[in-house]
Amino acid sequence: MNPTGPASSEPPHGGLASVPEPTQAGSTAADLAQLLRLSGRGDEAAFAQLYDATCARAYGLAVRVVRDPSQAEEVAQEAFLEIWRTASRFDAAKGSAVSWILTLVHRKAVDRVRSAEASTRRDTTYHQSSQTVEHDSTAEAAQASMEARRVRQAMDSLTQVQREALELAYFKGYTHTEVAKMLDLPVGTAKTRIRDGLIRLRDTMGVGQ
Amino acid sequence: MNESLHALSGAYVVDALDDEERATFEQHLPGCLDCQREVSSLREATALLADDAALTPPPALRVSVLAGIKTIRPLAPETGRHASITNLDADGPAAQQPADERAAKVLTFRPRGARFARMLVAAAAVVAVAGGVVYHPWTGDSSQSSHLSAADQVLAASDAQQHSIEFNDGSSATVVRSAKEGHAVLLTQKMAAPPSGKAFELWLRDAQGVMKPAGMMTTGGDHKVLLKGNSLKATGVGITVEPKAGSDTPSSEPIAMFELGKSNA
Ligand SMILES: [Zn+2]
Repeated sequence: MNPTGPASSEPPHGGLASVPEPTQAGSTAADLAQLLRLSGRGDEAAFAQLYDATCARAYGLAVRVVRDPSQAEEVAQEAFLEIWRTASRFDAAKGSAVSWILTLVHRKAVDRVRSAEASTRRDTTYHQSSQTVEHDSTAEAAQASMEARRVRQAMDSLTQVQREALELAYFKGYTHTEVAKMLDLPVGTAKTRIRDGLIRLRDTMGVGQ
Repeated sequence: MNESLHALSGAYVVDALDDEERATFEQHLPGCLDCQREVSSLREATALLADDAALTPPPALRVSVLAGIKTIRPLAPETGRHASITNLDADGPAAQQPADERAAKVLTFRPRGARFARMLVAAAAVVAVAGGVVYHPWTGDSSQSSHLSAADQVLAASDAQQHSIEFNDGSSATVVRSAKEGHAVLLTQKMAAPPSGKAFELWLRDAQGVMKPAGMMTTGGDHKVLLKGNSLKATGVGITVEPKAGSDTPSSEPIAMFELGKSNA
């Protein structure tokens, strides 16, 4: 399932300057897949490039989920070392490199918050906000932010319950059962809301078809 | 197609299933093309959500990641469905792994009761890793494999199987076993010190359930211990608190027990 859209038709070496509407923060999806393949063969320079192209999303996602920046840093580090170690297991036929990477980061972040005292997480003051993105100067973050605007518009097309369920699950690491409780939904329906929301997001953004 | 399992796809993609549901869904996945397609496509949608969260990490992260990879050997590509490599609990999205491999690395390390938790709380002061660099077992190795210690050879083995857990206080313990090397290694990080006058004793549990002494750890902190005895036949690795001289049989309930399952051998 290769990602569709304008980016994937760019030549693999289409760099930052040559891509007017980058969807992968300056690197096309094909670039990232290639970097991941090279990393699997032990190419440290390729991995450094891969890191630079994806670290803001990986770290930002970890911060959203675990909240504590130093723990998020640990989660991101563990994830990147795993990405390096298991890069040969990436299969471009099954999805994009960035979704493979972020899936791994997210799983690690959720494992971290679930194994931590639940109460600690719930009580922590939430310092991080999406505003930070606007002030972020890196190319990756700036372009991610452009893309994020489109995503936010797509999110607006979800029902409120779909959106809330998705955010609680993805960004806060709650299980669908916990989400149901928090949103006062009958048991077993939160998972449906999450799935419906993701399907609509996917179809609106035209990815993964 | 099982409708109720199928409905878990979205929650699976955002890691919103509990462990049991996740295991059930991952058993279902290899046999259901619909779910495989849906999981893949929803993962692409999920990845977009992270754009909104993008945040430049501290420069130190880049330094430690790029230093870290120098000591880690990338896995060889899979050569078949039944490849025996079952390393770690995070080998990329689980959907890209055969289910039998995933099942093999489920971790079942159970801290027993509040006592261990109390001991670990005391560990907060024992931060032995410089600069907050996270655990990776290859730290400090010579880069030349001919100079690797027996423990390091286990850690570097291509067939190393790893069972690990992280505790609430940031401490962690890991058992790594390699059939090729014929040994297992216990790694600890930021482990609490044993109670005064006591030590940690390590045990290999054989197929009959008998615990055999496999080594001692007299202090907390970070350790890399090559386990003595027949690691290949062991079904579990336990840690108990014992007198400093050690015991022939455990005198108390394990504070931690790793379930190893079958070795690759
Ligand atoms: Zn299905």
